[in-house]
Amino acid sequence: MARTHVTCTINGDETEFLCEQDETLLNALRDDVGLTGVKEGCGTGDCGACSVLLNNRLTCACLVFAPEADGATIVTVEGLASAEALHPVQQTFLEGAALQCGVCTPGFLVAAKALLDHNPDPTETEVRYALAGNLCRCTGYDKIVRAVLDAAADMRSDGALTAD
Amino acid sequence: MTVTDEPTANPGYKQVGTRPIRPDGLDKVTGKARFGADLVLPGMLEGAVLRSPHPHATIVAIDTSAAEAMPGVHAVITGADFPDLAANGARPDDVLMSKNVMARDKVLYEGHPVAAVAAATRKQAKAAAAAIDVTYELLPHVLTVEQAMADDAPILHEGMRTRGLDPAPEVDSNIASRITHERGDLDQGFADADLVVERSFTTKPVHQGYIEPHAAVADASQDGRANLWCSSQGHFSMRTSTAKVLGWEPTRIKVTPAEIGGGFGGKTVIYLEPLATLLSLRSGRPVRLVMDRDEVFRASGPASGTSLRVKVGVTEDGQLTAADVWMAFEAGANPGSPVGAAGMTVLAPYDIPNFFVEGFDVVVNKPRVAAYRAPGAPMAAFAVESVLDELAAGIGIDPVELRLRNAVTEGSQAAYGPKFPVIGFVETLEAIRDHPHYQTELGPNQGRGVAAGFWFNAGMNSTATVNVNEDGNLTVVVGSPDIGGSRSSMCLMAAEELGIDVGRVNAIVADTETVGFNDVTGGSRVTLATGAAVVDACRQIKDDLRGRAAKTWDVEVDVVEWVDGQAQHVDGSETPLTLGELAAKWGRTGGPISATAALNARGVGPAFSTQVCDVEVDPETGEVTVLRYTTAQDAGTAIHPSYVEGQMQGGVVQGIGWALNEEYIYSDDGHLENPGFLDYRVPVASDLPMIDTVVVEVPNPAHPYGVRGVGEVGIVPPLAAVGNAIAAATGVRLTDLPMSPPRVLDAINRAAGDGGD
Repeated sequence: MARTHVTCTINGDETEFLCEQDETLLNALRDDVGLTGVKEGCGTGDCGACSVLLNNRLTCACLVFAPEADGATIVTVEGLASAEALHPVQQTFLEGAALQCGVCTPGFLVAAKALLDHNPDPTETEVRYALAGNLCRCTGYDKIVRAVLDAAADMRSDGALTAD
Repeated sequence: MTVTDEPTANPGYKQVGTRPIRPDGLDKVTGKARFGADLVLPGMLEGAVLRSPHPHATIVAIDTSAAEAMPGVHAVITGADFPDLAANGARPDDVLMSKNVMARDKVLYEGHPVAAVAAATRKQAKAAAAAIDVTYELLPHVLTVEQAMADDAPILHEGMRTRGLDPAPEVDSNIASRITHERGDLDQGFADADLVVERSFTTKPVHQGYIEPHAAVADASQDGRANLWCSSQGHFSMRTSTAKVLGWEPTRIKVTPAEIGGGFGGKTVIYLEPLATLLSLRSGRPVRLVMDRDEVFRASGPASGTSLRVKVGVTEDGQLTAADVWMAFEAGANPGSPVGAAGMTVLAPYDIPNFFVEGFDVVVNKPRVAAYRAPGAPMAAFAVESVLDELAAGIGIDPVELRLRNAVTEGSQAAYGPKFPVIGFVETLEAIRDHPHYQTELGPNQGRGVAAGFWFNAGMNSTATVNVNEDGNLTVVVGSPDIGGSRSSMCLMAAEELGIDVGRVNAIVADTETVGFNDVTGGSRVTLATGAAVVDACRQIKDDLRGRAAKTWDVEVDVVEWVDGQAQHVDGSETPLTLGELAAKWGRTGGPISATAALNARGVGPAFSTQVCDVEVDPETGEVTVLRYTTAQDAGTAIHPSYVEGQMQGGVVQGIGWALNEEYIYSDDGHLENPGFLDYRVPVASDLPMIDTVVVEVPNPAHPYGVRGVGEVGIVPPLAAVGNAIAAATGVRLTDLPMSPPRVLDAINRAAGDGGD
């Protein structure tokens, strides 16, 4: 069967891959592009482990067909850090012990970035609702919520964040 | 936001009790960490498993010919491809384990594996699995302990007789075993009581709910050996079990641990590993098998559904006089529920002079249960701690005070037998009683509940190697999969021993051929047992380093001491030699510096937790909101306080989910109706408040750093703490989990009807 040619920008790089028409973006990112930081926890959009930014919008990659990504801009957990520094929320996750097993962590980091990109000063409740699509079974969310609040504070004090 | 209390770590420690960034952290926040499903090998095939659609049926025939002819298919296996362990004289448990990973003559639950396929793509493998033609002859099934224990119940295992009965029974039964514990005179105990409360309780099966599905990659060779990569709580145990099922010597398999995406007890057993290995052997190619989420729900885990009856008596001044406990635990398709542990833990926190505990391990047509965090204890504690709440209210004393008056202390004879060593139960009760949370006022429709819990903790076998590198930094090599930050704890203990900064120590989890044997990461045992092995190895290294300094200075070794990362002459007559300096000169003092310790850890330190929960109940919908939660737990010593708090918080939240939402829902025809996270609803961030922690530290005198183990006991109290809070808020006692909105609303309405006009 002929496979579909997809061109998109992933973590800043123009990327091409071939995929089946009914393949999910999650499978394409993991198996065709090799970005295994994007995790599959359920395949049905319920756990958020495969969270990516698709054209700047927080998206479960398991709910999108790979051919739909043609022309899109995608950010995965692998694209959050620069060569010099981690994204502030990656840093606060480390310092605040906001991960235990770490398999949900990529999705949480992407979801947290999506929140902080448009809300630089979220309340605890806003953080909890922004992360409600991401399941963590290890931490009870306490340290995750604190890490996101800490990252927001760090980014505000660094002037790294401005509201939309 | 409430500030988390700092634990009162021993002020003499310089590394232990600090909160460094974990060694594996960077890989986990950048997406580099490789979990079970992330490995790709050249030429790797993808696998799929065909599972039974029936809860109970005889397999009449399996025709794989159509599947084998399909495009991309390289291998198809069924039960006929596995050795008959029973014929080879294997232990009955191993025979059942083998039949659980691949059904033979019959299927025992929906989701039971019947065949497996390896193909070029996952899509091809799934299509081929679906094309396998299985002829079943349906059998009647049982789904609950009540159905399974009925006299005319259909029998799952022919020839299974109940163990623990005298005289031994002469008919087959679904009751695999009966356990009892007793003390004193039960009738006299209840006669001495001023108040007796008796209640019946039920809990549903719940899943461990790890976010990473089971995954295994196998690469078998023509010489009959295999490499296996899998996500598990114990790669040595995966090796042993896989080898048993295949009829191999264990050392034909090398298992390399992947990072593990949560386990909570559910990744201590094999599912995919022997299938992937055999598919690889048959196809001559590496094979990857990954469960879909619905397979995880249908065929792995869960924790037992239970039925319990508890009767406890108390005097008007708050002395417990007697307890009568009856428990039946669903084991799933094969015997082995944690009813034994439930029976041992159920009364463990309290000194009760007269008791009788009876428990039954019952097979039903559901997936075989697996361990789940303090297996058996949460359901048992739900029942007893709920009854204690009613007793405290009935005699008009504070529920924490009732527990304090009956709490076990050092020297108390535990209900399950031995005398308790140094324990910190009273300290956790006092921590909750004295916590500001316990004094705050509540509003309308709000209630507060407390509950306590006990867990044994475990020791078992561990091996660790510590290598000094040429720059004087350490590498700690362990064989205990790290599911919650244990590598960090190993680094801290090694750094403390050698008197160096923790940043100079790295820890790795090595494969089955790089480090000696280790039991599973379970029983809250790793920081205790593997930690003890690391400390032992570090002490050997210190002795070695002192010897090398003595040789360098040409003095007796007993005048050399190791202080703050360097060798010193006791009279200060020599210039100290640092670890780095000694490492740089190892060629002249005996060669590289390395030590290994292997031990079976003794001196286990039991764990206790006391928790307080505030809820608000919406009287119109029955929805329960957890407003505030505080947990006090005796950690012994918190090696890395952040990860101790994390274990406490994670256990509490799993318990809240168990209390309020989570349950396996089966249709009458034996099909699981909610095999996904949409309908099996685990707690999400917006459901919860912060979980405040009080890390109590009553050091375990039998461990070099006072460690007890912290992973499990936190999940024991929440079921009752939440239930007691709901009772306080509504005046209604709920005895069936989960306390979901329909059940709570129904209970409120029934109570209003009963007591109303």
